[in-house]
Formats: sequence, structure tokens, C-alpha cells
Amino acid sequence: MKILVCLSVVPDTTTKITFTDNDTKFNTTGVTWIMNPYDEMALTRALELTEQHTGSVTAITVGLADTEAVIRKALAVGATEAVRVNAAPIDAFQVASEIASYASTANFDLIFTGRESIDYNGGLVAGLLAEMLNLPSVNVVTKIDVNDSVAKLERDIDGGREVLECSLPLVLSAQKEFAEPRIPNMRGIMAARTKPLSIIEPAAANTITFAKFELPKAKQGVKMINADNAGALIELLHNEAKVI
Amino acid sequence: MTLVYLEISDGKIKKSGFEALNFAHKLGEDVIAVAIGSIADTTLLAEAGKYGASRVVYIAQPEFENNTYASLLSAAASQLGSNTVVISGTYSGKAIAPRVAVKLQAAIISGVVDLPADNAFKKGVFSGKAFAFVQTNASKKVITLTPNSFNIEEIGTEVSVENMSFDNNSQTPLTKSIEKIKAGGKIPLTEAEVVVSAGRGMKGPENWGMIEELADLLGAATACSKPVSDMHWRSHNEHVGQTGITIKPNLYIAIGISGAIQHLAGVSSSKVIVAINKDPEAPFFKVADYGIVGDAFEVIPQLINAAKTLNKA
Repeated sequence: MKILVCLSVVPDTTTKITFTDNDTKFNTTGVTWIMNPYDEMALTRALELTEQHTGSVTAITVGLADTEAVIRKALAVGATEAVRVNAAPIDAFQVASEIASYASTANFDLIFTGRESIDYNGGLVAGLLAEMLNLPSVNVVTKIDVNDSVAKLERDIDGGREVLECSLPLVLSAQKEFAEPRIPNMRGIMAARTKPLSIIEPAAANTITFAKFELPKAKQGVKMINADNAGALIELLHNEAKVI
Repeated sequence: MTLVYLEISDGKIKKSGFEALNFAHKLGEDVIAVAIGSIADTTLLAEAGKYGASRVVYIAQPEFENNTYASLLSAAASQLGSNTVVISGTYSGKAIAPRVAVKLQAAIISGVVDLPADNAFKKGVFSGKAFAFVQTNASKKVITLTPNSFNIEEIGTEVSVENMSFDNNSQTPLTKSIEKIKAGGKIPLTEAEVVVSAGRGMKGPENWGMIEELADLLGAATACSKPVSDMHWRSHNEHVGQTGITIKPNLYIAIGISGAIQHLAGVSSSKVIVAINKDPEAPFFKVADYGIVGDAFEVIPQLINAAKTLNKA
């Protein structure tokens, strides 16, 4: 089984977000970069599946040289090989186009992405890839098992979940619960140094631009209610805030 | 002309579809609503006119499969000559939208939360910690909206419903649905106007009865913090925050949740926030509109009583 896992490199979840250049650029000063959490779950499940069925896991990212620490981590936890498309990612269309053109050169049985990246929250790459490659897709998947080239999946739907079946090859996006991420051990880290990492030059262009950023407006200040008179809250929510 | 996808759920138009119609109407061009799915009484779709559609088109297609729906929606957009397609960002909307964009060779902007200004669309980024203004030069656009971003207003009257069909109505779906399982909660979290959310301060899953009772009385959905979902006290479907669901209800009540930056990211767009925590230093109080410093087990019963009184009034 050949699995391609698409990785996005994002600011750590504890990052305080600020902008520079008159709010036109994300301020990367002091930011710690991590593998997008959903992509990490996707990678882990891909490794589990190839351990169960034999096969290989290729990790791909669209990013400049500074993303290599995260790619090495993917190799250290067990990916067979890695590919870096040498471009700064700007939008989902550009990223999906690059990955689709790589994926079309190899026959992957499964292509995994995370549900969305936690920085630009597009949630688009899986769907774009599937359409570009003319493959079935399932999004927000919490579970996958494969038997004789048929995948059995569970995904979140509005108000519940759905069990589905789909023949391989297919594209999916991983939702929480897909797998528990692994921590690389020393042997893995050493092995990662000699695993193949290919660099591909980019060909695709973006279709949208992020022109400006804004932080949410600060709150006016909190109105405190005494715990002995907590019921007054309900009245305030009804009469003052008018939300119930 | 702007095309709006109407999602049909349990034989009705989903509320998020009305939001999309309102949004599309305010873009200024004529709006055609396209409903795909299975609805026993197609006259129900006439309601789309009230929210801004000048025409309503129905394409009968029983089982949801994102590729089939995307093919039908793009075929309708091409046939009707639409350059802008608006889709609400529900789970199924998010599955269809990117495929439609590729089929129509359109640019796609996802997670829009406001009407465009100076040709820039506002969308949430960094999982609720910021907003971005996004532009495109593409002549065709697919826009997905974050549900609950717009007030729903009635701005027109009912219109007649037209049926439409395409050859690919009968194409074989790429995925096969085996079973659908409804979540325990009565109100889907992403659509809820009021959300009662609880954290580790509740001490254990056995204490969620009072959270559910309060939620029921307020017509609210229940949610939880990441630790609660990680410890399997509650299903991951209820986890709100940076690595969970981002929500923007009218009212978010956080009980026994300290307010870590990752949690706040997922809820900070809520219109009114209430924090209830026994620690007066809990970060949640800094973003809350109303706060109570106190023990959840003493505060919640008082809220339940007050809510019962209000409901009787």
C-alpha cells in the first residue's frame, strides 16, 4: 500500500498572533513551527496502515527550506521518504496543484491531508486534490481500515457521524481521533538523516491573496455577578444581553 | 448572477442556506437558489424567495456524495451562467465546494464571515485568533461561509420552484454510505445559537447531567474543552477550540474552563460570553461579558432554577 501524506507547517498552537508591515504580514518573530496537528494524525494512521499491510509512506509539503525540520520529524517517526516542493505556500489552490502534479506521477492508494491547517483554516486541499486527480474523497474522517483495496471509513457529518465504504485509491482529510501522534525516538531521528528527501521546483500559481489582517476587537470588560446570586445571570442574559 | 447552494437535511432547507441567500442577495446581483437532495414536498423550497432568491431550482438526487453533488452544482452554474457560487461551510458544503471550484475553474475563498468591502472578503484565520481580508482577480469565484456569521432576515416573497435534471443525476457515487448515526445532542453544535460548555472543573463525566439540564432549558447545545474530550468524558464532536470546532453562537457559557489560548480561539467570535470559574484569575474572565467566580456545583443549580422561572414566565 502506497500512501501520500500532505503536511502543512504551522505556528505552534500557543502562538500569540500579531502582524507587521501595516497588518499585511503575519509576524513570524519568535514563532515555533510545528507539523499541523491534523496532518500529524494523518501521518500516524498512514504509518499504522503500512505496518499492518506493508507499503510505504511518502510525506510531502509545499514550503521553503525552513520547513525541513518538520519534514525530518515525519521521517523520524517512520515515513519512508519525503518530498518538498520548493515554494512558499500562499493558497490552497497552489498547494493542491503542486501536490496533484507530484501525485499524478506515482500510483498512491491513499492520499491523506489534515482536516484543515490551523493557520489559514482553508480545509480545501483534500477536495481540490481529489477533483484535480479525479478521485473519490471523504472529509473529516475519524477512522479508516482497509481490506482488499476497499476502505471502510467513519466521518463526521452535521449532527452525527457516517460510516462509508470506498474503493481505493481515495483522498481523505483527517479529523481528530484519526490517530494518536507518535513522538520520534533517537533511532528514528538517526534514521531520518539518511532517508530520501527530494526537492521539486514549483510550477503552480496562487489564485487568491491575503491582503490584510485584523485582530478580533477587544471586549468592553466583564460584568461580575455574585456567586450567591447566580440566578441574576439568567435575567441579565434575557433582559440586558437579549440572547436567551 | 449569484448561485446559492441550498442543503436539504431531514426534508427541509438547512438554516445555513438562508444565511447564504441573505449574503448572496447583499452582493447585489440576482440570486438563484439551487437545492440538491431529496425533499418530499418541493413547495417547501419556495421559502428561499423570502431570503433573497429570485429563482429556485431543484435537482432531485437522493444520496449525498460530494462528487455527484459537485458535478450537479457546477452543471447548474454553467447552464445558468453564474460566476459566483455561494456555499455554506457545513461539513457537506465544505466537501462539495473545492470540487465545484476546480470544475468551474474558479478561485475559492473559504470561511467568509462578512460581506466584501473594497473587493476583499473577510475570513477567520489562525483558528479564531485573527481575521484576514482576501482578494482575487479571478472572474469566477466559489465562496464558502462560516455558519452563524449573518443574521437571517426576510427580504422577499416566495417564488415558484423549477425542476432541473442532468445526465449525471444517475452517475454512480464514488463512495457508498453504509450507516448514519445521530449524535446524542438534540441541537447540532455548529448551528446552535446558545452553547453551554464545560471543562475539567466538572470533575467527571458523571456530573454532566446538570450541564445537559441547563442546556435543555436554554435551548442550547452542549460543548466541552480539549482535556474533557481527551479524557473521553465527552465525545470529540463536542470539543471546541483550536484543534476542535470553531463556533460563533449568540451566547457561549463556559463552566469550569480556564480559557487557554487554544480554547479561546475556537469561541472568541461568540457574541456574548459567560465565564463561570472558581479561580478569579482564570483567563476566560478577560474575554467574557459576564462572569461568576464560584463553584460550578453551587452556581449551576441556581442557573437551572432561574432558567425554569424564565421559561415559565
